Amino acid sequence: MTQDGTIFGRSGRRRLSNGAFVTVCALATGIALVVLAAILISLLRNGMGGLGLALFTQDTPPPGASGGLRNAILGSILLCGAAMILAILVGMLAGTWLAEYSRDGWYARAVRFINDVLLSAPSILIGLFVYVIAVRPLHGFSAFAGALALALIAAPIVTRATEDVLRLQPRALREAGVGLGTPYWVIVRRILWRAAAGGIVTGALLAFARISGETAPLLFTALNNQFFSVNLLRPIANLPVTIFNFALSPYPDWQHLAWAGALLIALTVLAINLVVRILTTRAKRP
Amino acid sequence: MSHLATITIPKARVASSDMSAPPEQFVDPVPQEQLKVDVRNLNFFYGAAQALSGVSMGIPNNAVTAIVGPSGCGKSTLLRVLNRIYGLYPGQRAEGEVLLDGQNILDRKVHLPWLRSRVGMVFQQSTPFPMSIFENVAFGVRLYEKLRKAELSVRVEETLRRAALWDEVKDKLDRPALSLSGGQQQRLCVARSMAVRPEVLLLDEPASSLDPISTAKLEDTIVRLKREVAIVIVTHNLQQAARVSDRTAFMFLGRLIEYGTTERMFNNPRTTRATDYVTGRFG
Repeated sequence: MTQDGTIFGRSGRRRLSNGAFVTVCALATGIALVVLAAILISLLRNGMGGLGLALFTQDTPPPGASGGLRNAILGSILLCGAAMILAILVGMLAGTWLAEYSRDGWYARAVRFINDVLLSAPSILIGLFVYVIAVRPLHGFSAFAGALALALIAAPIVTRATEDVLRLQPRALREAGVGLGTPYWVIVRRILWRAAAGGIVTGALLAFARISGETAPLLFTALNNQFFSVNLLRPIANLPVTIFNFALSPYPDWQHLAWAGALLIALTVLAINLVVRILTTRAKRP
Repeated sequence: MSHLATITIPKARVASSDMSAPPEQFVDPVPQEQLKVDVRNLNFFYGAAQALSGVSMGIPNNAVTAIVGPSGCGKSTLLRVLNRIYGLYPGQRAEGEVLLDGQNILDRKVHLPWLRSRVGMVFQQSTPFPMSIFENVAFGVRLYEKLRKAELSVRVEETLRRAALWDEVKDKLDRPALSLSGGQQQRLCVARSMAVRPEVLLLDEPASSLDPISTAKLEDTIVRLKREVAIVIVTHNLQQAARVSDRTAFMFLGRLIEYGTTERMFNNPRTTRATDYVTGRFG
């Protein structure tokens, strides 16, 4: 076989196609990294200057005046916090039901399928949906509606993460609990949730990172507020919509604030991802 | 295939022409006064597949009963009937009777937490709960008894001593149970089961992933605990059965083939299959 050169001929071709493929992969990675670096660099260059104490202590200014983003930052924290409370509540219970109680019947398969659809639903559709069910009937935009829209985006992520990590827990762990005569809900609460805590927290943090930059669903729900407000039934200021408005404005002061806000969101997401990384590597260690 | 068949036939003839034919099944009954669990004509099904056929055997109190046999013979299945843990999975069902002190535990009306507090179980894979060593042992106790803190501490210490683990963990009771070695984790699981003061302890290949030293320690614990409970151990390891058990049951293809004192089973097995298995000719 070696005499007619097939093996060497073939291996030469394989090596060539392998080389070509690796090159394409490296190029694609390179392009992605260059784009990411470009985004980060322009964010840092344009946003760094705005990162001062005033950013956190003053509210959004009228055009031409100086100010900060206090109301938008606080509004975002409030919106995301309320959304995460809802999402964790619903997501953890739904994921637990899917993994531990559903026994994979048709209803469970339907719920799982719909959850997967929700995972990739365009966020603007979710915004419109909440507009129809929570803004129009109440005759006004509200922080509550914004939190609801964000929760609808985060809940499927938490559901999926919870189900996945619970399924990873060994069968013997459940049987050991049952073998002691433990009621199943106590096994779930005291053994399984604890064993799966790292994964569930990771899923929740990723969901938080995902919703912290969402703009579209807020345009239809929380809208925006020029002033400081913590009233859940009134429109509320928030970073993404403020950035959207300020970045499109003709006023340089507003544009600078938009850059600072964008940098703030990017840094938050970066920090969350770092925390997730640390949590997951620690969980892997015995 | 036909070639193989012609080889096995003469073997069988030799066996049967030897004096009297060996019996298909041979069981030394357990004396009534020693009986803790009495399995009567037990059949078990995984859906449509039958895994146990007509198993009848008595399990004596204050003794270690080993169940041996080749993979898939139904030994773990039998063990999993004794605390009805199979009930977790739909489609698994048992027929027949399993009497614990005369009460049929297969009865629908049996309160399962009550049954499981009387019949503890330790698994092949060690399963410490994700909490401290102390909390692991206290876990089952808290389910059944409202003890004050001091009483609970006494119970935990006493249980760990009985499981011969106290000296190794007494200074780190607050550390996570998962920080223990594999052998210690397994003995912790034994202690966790013993803490609720069961009357029967089921061990499903408890030493199969342990090194020889950890295995020896676990076996010491088992022998020590038989003073308090009836122990049933499923094992692949014949030497282990010989070392720790008082009685040995040999199973094959879902049937109980031979059952008697360990000494007789290993020195003078009566059935052909048990003889072949004990002498290492198959299995």
